[in-house]
Amino acid sequence: MLMLTCPYCGIDADETELTPGGQAHLTRETVGSDDDTFESYLFMRENPKGVHFERWRHSYGCGKWFHAARCTVTLEVFGTYSAQTTEPPKEICDKISGKRPGWSWGSFS
Amino acid sequence: MKRYSAFAIAREAARYHAGWERAWAARTPKGKYDVIIVGAGGHGLATAYYLGRNHGITNVAVLEKGWLGGGNTGRNTTIIRSNYLQDPSAAIYEKSRSLYETLSQDLNYNIMFSPRGVMMLAQTHHEVRGYQRTAHANALQGVKTEYITPKRVKELCPIIDIDGPRYPVLGALWQARGGTARHDAVAWGLARACSDMGMDIIQQCEVTAVRQSGGKVTGVSTTKGDIDCDKMGIVVAGHSGVLADMAGFRLPIESVALQALVSEPIKPCMDVVVMANTVHGYMSQSDKGEMVIGGGADGYNNYTQRGSFHHIEETVRALIETFPMISRLKMLRQWGGIVDMTGDRSPIISKTPLEGCFINCGWGTGGFKAIPGSGWGMAELMAKGASPLTDAFTLGRFREGRFIDESVAAGVAH
Repeated sequence: MLMLTCPYCGIDADETELTPGGQAHLTRETVGSDDDTFESYLFMRENPKGVHFERWRHSYGCGKWFHAARCTVTLEVFGTYSAQTTEPPKEICDKISGKRPGWSWGSFS
Repeated sequence: MKRYSAFAIAREAARYHAGWERAWAARTPKGKYDVIIVGAGGHGLATAYYLGRNHGITNVAVLEKGWLGGGNTGRNTTIIRSNYLQDPSAAIYEKSRSLYETLSQDLNYNIMFSPRGVMMLAQTHHEVRGYQRTAHANALQGVKTEYITPKRVKELCPIIDIDGPRYPVLGALWQARGGTARHDAVAWGLARACSDMGMDIIQQCEVTAVRQSGGKVTGVSTTKGDIDCDKMGIVVAGHSGVLADMAGFRLPIESVALQALVSEPIKPCMDVVVMANTVHGYMSQSDKGEMVIGGGADGYNNYTQRGSFHHIEETVRALIETFPMISRLKMLRQWGGIVDMTGDRSPIISKTPLEGCFINCGWGTGGFKAIPGSGWGMAELMAKGASPLTDAFTLGRFREGRFIDESVAAGVAH
């Protein structure tokens, strides 16, 4: 079973305690955005075979949304971090670089 | 190709079965093909088959990373039905179901199509209304389904407890000509027919890059060397995102794990397929006597071909309430497949931003039933540039807001 550490309450939570929330770091588009950006924001998704960043909610715990960096092939978790950010923290990116050299995801690498 | 028949069995029995030939040839790739299909699952092979049969295009290679039919084609719960809500879905799934009726004869390969009837239980008042609506829609679409009472449910499937305390059976959507087929046989039969038309089916040949020039596809690089082509079809289900990335475009798709399991074989107890969407479970009995059970999909991206155990627990827990007699059954095997989910739970059969490159993906949790219809439409699209079966399922429909919304129609996995 997938286990993630909630960065807010520090609990190692089973996936049954969590709700997956899809791709992380989407930029919300609004009035004035063009069709391409809107299509990308609403429908297009990163679907990597490898390093992935996603949103999770600690539903049956503290209730907070947080982010996780995970490998979709091995289910290895590289780390979890606060959702109050627009990009993954440097230490998590460095950790991923150590384990998956040359990784890239969206605009991050 | 030597035809399979009762006479052939007698002939081979008389000579120690020494005369059976390989069902499909193992070939090495040529340098150039008219069409390359990536993915030798059901949909890829059906595309190749109808390219040859309906459009006379036989200079075709079907490339497969693993082994033929080893992905979702060999991992599904083999249900065939066409009781969808939206018109474009009903059209392609009903085409597919009707092709399944004669596929054994067309392929000269017994795919064991068994139109035993598919029953989708309504266990909440929302489902009652939803399935009545679907039954009315199906009547307009020319798809033969009916909404039946709990009493009729009990007659058709006596092992159901229709008075379950948590999820009573309030009715069901019944499609008498739905059913099951042998999933491996569909892939094997199509592969044999393709090989007979002179197509090359190349297994253990992974595509590593899509080569292009001036916005047009020119070929692929593979683990067995470079292969040129005029047109290319990507039909790789869960790995659609990986291939789209190589071809340089994005998809509105996320890949997740979907699981199924089978029990030990028991005596015949159920001769219909039952789907219970409220509790995310569906069940049928195989010819060997195993109860084949499908569950819900995981909610997060995954390429591991195994799912979360708690989904099995949820599925089985709910099914035990509806089918109390299975509570003592031992489960033999459990497995997962990677399904490609779109936002509206309808497939994408479309041209792509790369000229000459077509994609058939997004079948999500319900691709097996669509294999012949999907192949028929995809082949027409690749040969002629358009197909009435697939024209609604474009990649551009999300941007244009023309969803074919089956997620609302079915609620869950379908």
